[in-house]
Amino acid sequence: MSNYIGKSIKRREDNRFITGKGKYTDDLVLTGMTHLAFVRSPYAHAKIKNINTKAALAHPGVVAIYTGDDCGNFGVPCGWQVNFKNGDTMKEPPHPLLAVGKARHVGENVAAVIAETLQAARDAVELVEVDYDELPTVTDAKAAIQPGAPQVHDDVPNNIVFDFQIGNPKDEVNAAIESASHVTKLNFKNQRLSPNAIEPRSYIADYDVNADKYTLYTSTQNPHLIRLLMCAFVLGLPEHKVRVISHDVGGGFGSKIYHYTEEALVTWVSKQIGRPVKWTSDRSEAFLTDAHGRDHVTTAEMGFDDNGKIVAFRVHSEANLGAYLSTFSTACPTYLHGTLAQGCYTTPLINVDITAVFTNTTPVDAYRGAGRPEMTYILEHLMDTAALEMKRDPVELRRINFIPAFDGVNQPGYQTQVALQYDSGNYHATLDRALEMLDYKQFRKDQEESRTNGKLLGIGFSTYIEACGIAPSAVVGSLGARAGLYESGHVRVQPTGKVSVFTGSHSHGQGHETSYAQFVADTLGIPIDDVDIIHGDTNEVAFGMGTYGSRSLAVGGSAIMKSLDKIIEKGAKIAAHKLEAAEADLEFAEGKWTVKGTDKSITFGDVSLTAYVPHDYPAGLEPGLDFSSFYDPTNFTYPFGTHIAVVEVDKDTGKVSLKRFIACDDVGNVINPMIVDGQIHGGVAQGVGQALLEGVVYDENGQMITGSYMDYAMPRADDLPFFETDRKVTPCPHNPLGVKGAGEAGTIGATPAVANAVMDAISHLGIKDIQMPITPERVWRAMNS
Amino acid sequence: MIPAKFEYIKASSVSEALALLDKHGDDAQLIAGGHSLVPAMKLRLNQPGTVIDIGKIPGLNSIKEDGDDLVIGANCTHHQIATSPIVKQKLNVLAQTAKSIGDIQVRNKGTIGGSLAHADPAADYPAVILASDAKIEVEGINGKRSISGSDFFQGIYATALGSHEMIIAIRIPKASNGVYLKFSHPASRFAVVGCAAIKNGAGISIGLTGVADHAYRASAVERAYDGDAKAASEHAVDGVAVMSDNFASSEYRSHLAKVFTERALSALG
Repeated sequence: MSNYIGKSIKRREDNRFITGKGKYTDDLVLTGMTHLAFVRSPYAHAKIKNINTKAALAHPGVVAIYTGDDCGNFGVPCGWQVNFKNGDTMKEPPHPLLAVGKARHVGENVAAVIAETLQAARDAVELVEVDYDELPTVTDAKAAIQPGAPQVHDDVPNNIVFDFQIGNPKDEVNAAIESASHVTKLNFKNQRLSPNAIEPRSYIADYDVNADKYTLYTSTQNPHLIRLLMCAFVLGLPEHKVRVISHDVGGGFGSKIYHYTEEALVTWVSKQIGRPVKWTSDRSEAFLTDAHGRDHVTTAEMGFDDNGKIVAFRVHSEANLGAYLSTFSTACPTYLHGTLAQGCYTTPLINVDITAVFTNTTPVDAYRGAGRPEMTYILEHLMDTAALEMKRDPVELRRINFIPAFDGVNQPGYQTQVALQYDSGNYHATLDRALEMLDYKQFRKDQEESRTNGKLLGIGFSTYIEACGIAPSAVVGSLGARAGLYESGHVRVQPTGKVSVFTGSHSHGQGHETSYAQFVADTLGIPIDDVDIIHGDTNEVAFGMGTYGSRSLAVGGSAIMKSLDKIIEKGAKIAAHKLEAAEADLEFAEGKWTVKGTDKSITFGDVSLTAYVPHDYPAGLEPGLDFSSFYDPTNFTYPFGTHIAVVEVDKDTGKVSLKRFIACDDVGNVINPMIVDGQIHGGVAQGVGQALLEGVVYDENGQMITGSYMDYAMPRADDLPFFETDRKVTPCPHNPLGVKGAGEAGTIGATPAVANAVMDAISHLGIKDIQMPITPERVWRAMNS
Repeated sequence: MIPAKFEYIKASSVSEALALLDKHGDDAQLIAGGHSLVPAMKLRLNQPGTVIDIGKIPGLNSIKEDGDDLVIGANCTHHQIATSPIVKQKLNVLAQTAKSIGDIQVRNKGTIGGSLAHADPAADYPAVILASDAKIEVEGINGKRSISGSDFFQGIYATALGSHEMIIAIRIPKASNGVYLKFSHPASRFAVVGCAAIKNGAGISIGLTGVADHAYRASAVERAYDGDAKAASEHAVDGVAVMSDNFASSEYRSHLAKVFTERALSALG
């Protein structure tokens, strides 16, 4: 019986968050702590001729100043190797902790000033004199590969990091497109986004000279990964002498996965000065230095036969990776992107071709969805556009092309043309439910009527699929990942039957302390208050890979389930001994072992106590009830759903108002519906943000002109309607909880739905496409061109 | 986001504030609500050596009727103006404008005097100040003077206010038939275009903000208006150098100015 699973239990962590009692990195003050502030490049591309630190060093309170001359031989690595089509290794120039020789984007670290107070550090930053020689800049991926474009790295010809393709042979796909009875073609830019976690990045390093040990407090999504990368690939530190702690983290959206230069630098500095040192990003620095998302320039074509069946799909994109390779930057436009090109359609021929490019911009990496929103936008935007062009109903066009339902148990998984094998899916089911919620027929009537009243109503669909629960280590290893992607789960039953659970996954807003406790309590049949979830400290938790790619419950939860199985198995041996019964005669339910068919039983608490006070105990059995497990998934999980947006366009101003947003998602089994709803709501808000509001813009000199909340428009409550959400459940067939993942679904599904709705509203005016973010001016221009 | 070092002095009277301004010269700046000055200081775009706090000077935060005018103290907050029964009754367009500024936190701290002195080209108040023929009453070490809106706003962050003067009050003729409509920037929520329209007897007056480097009176619209809002609004940017930025080009902004002028005119009672 489930006491907790499937219930919307209020989040146990929220009390401390909403009362301001969260323990974030910047809240920590260590004895003798110094403060670090950066001198950052004001230029997008410039030679650094000389750095004069004399006046700054003389400023009261300054402890030390470092430049690339001091630590430029240390650099952060890329975590995923992607090779050129011809087999050559990707270009991976050094990414130094402080710029060496030249700066390659505005905001790059040029010097680090350490002082007794933050005020003194900031004052001294202004006294550091840097002599720059400005160089020509390039910020657009397509421009960067043109002959004669400025070279970001001298040894990377044409700024090309690698080229890549996935899918069926190109000539077969091209031939099918050429002979298709209808081809829909779109050229657009999937614009660059800033992640905007509410807590800016913050790091404190504390080197203990006596023990020769380091502690790094960091706002990361994956403490062990940071420790591994920093120790093994950056600073050459002994991993067992480095502790990485990441307590409460205020949002990540991917941007806190990566091992940043600032993180390794504070660790290095702490040993140099023999004191703790703190750096906390301010919002301006966050805009300039947190890894951005998206930024693809895309040409995509989809060919259809006379019946509306897709015959082939091809994509070519230039992916802008910024000035350096961030940790997972290379995976995002490739294995996390091209592999989604099947969507939920039976497309027989697919080719995705990507050129990854350096530019004089902030590095780009995974941002909520990571490559999958970009591909979903291409697919779903093409579907609605094709429907408009072919004068077919966008819903019917999808139905014609959907992969039929398969549960992965009675029917096999679906083998795509782009490497992945989907686990289970029922795409008609979420579409049916979403249409029911919408009342599609009524909407089309309203739309007809609205046009005669001078209002422009539009509807947009998105029937997305995504791949998450990343990932089988051997699979990703064969694709170039430089890490495994399993997870650890350690369950320590205390003598009194209370349970401490240590997870290698990491909560930075997801609510693990609640949803994990729900399934642990149910599995052991104990009260939820007897379960504590611990994460974010490499000294407490077994080596884990952290949280991103909607993997926590599917991978981290499964690791915990493995340990719970071991606990119950061992507990049964103890119970059998105490009950003087055979193990096979026992059943475990409701927190006790009972001899079947009798009222003889022993509780989980009594078994726990016996395990730690083993006076009357099974011969040969070790004391204790404490198991650690690692879970390496056999496949990704594949959530899916239908998102529908209804918009109204102001004919006079071009302003788009989102009137309704309907989401019916299938994320497999659900532990806490409220938390899943919250994930969908937040994800949809971010997806709407990309469609209508957000976008990082650089000027011709590589200056970011959207570097504050005065210019960078985030979605706010009053930009959004009340979301109408529902769910269907197709369990994941290959993990013990049957869960898929909900963290990114909203973002992946929402963006094309909104863009499609705008097009539906205005396409009758002869408008073919519109660039995101769909600002009022863009709509107005389209309507008046 | 740490300001450079500065000295903070709290003034307890207008004369003390003016004496301090005189003493510290151009190195000093006045602070009331701090909603324009503090962000600029935190970004170190503005680094005054001395900050003189006039926010608590008695008598500067009252709203009074004086014959045909309302006299609004410079230290009145946006929230105070938005919720004042007198303002709502006698000059509702100003209450409406104040309510459209920022969010509740901003409205609770920001002041009308501070906003006018800062003269952001996209600020909301200037449109109403111009449309209503308000006067800005200022005081300096050498005495008081009264400046019309048209003379006061001169450019981006530039006003007729002398460096040793401060705003004491705003004197605004009452008007029962007025409206302020704006097209907000989705990020800053400042006015991309803000239009104040006031009807007095047979005449109308139009103030536009966000369009040019400073708010202006759309005299060409006023002259052209004969009851046809659409035709008159075509003159909204006549002779005006219209601003352009990442969100709205000058062409689009000009169009918005016309749309909002028409909408404001049409909304007049």
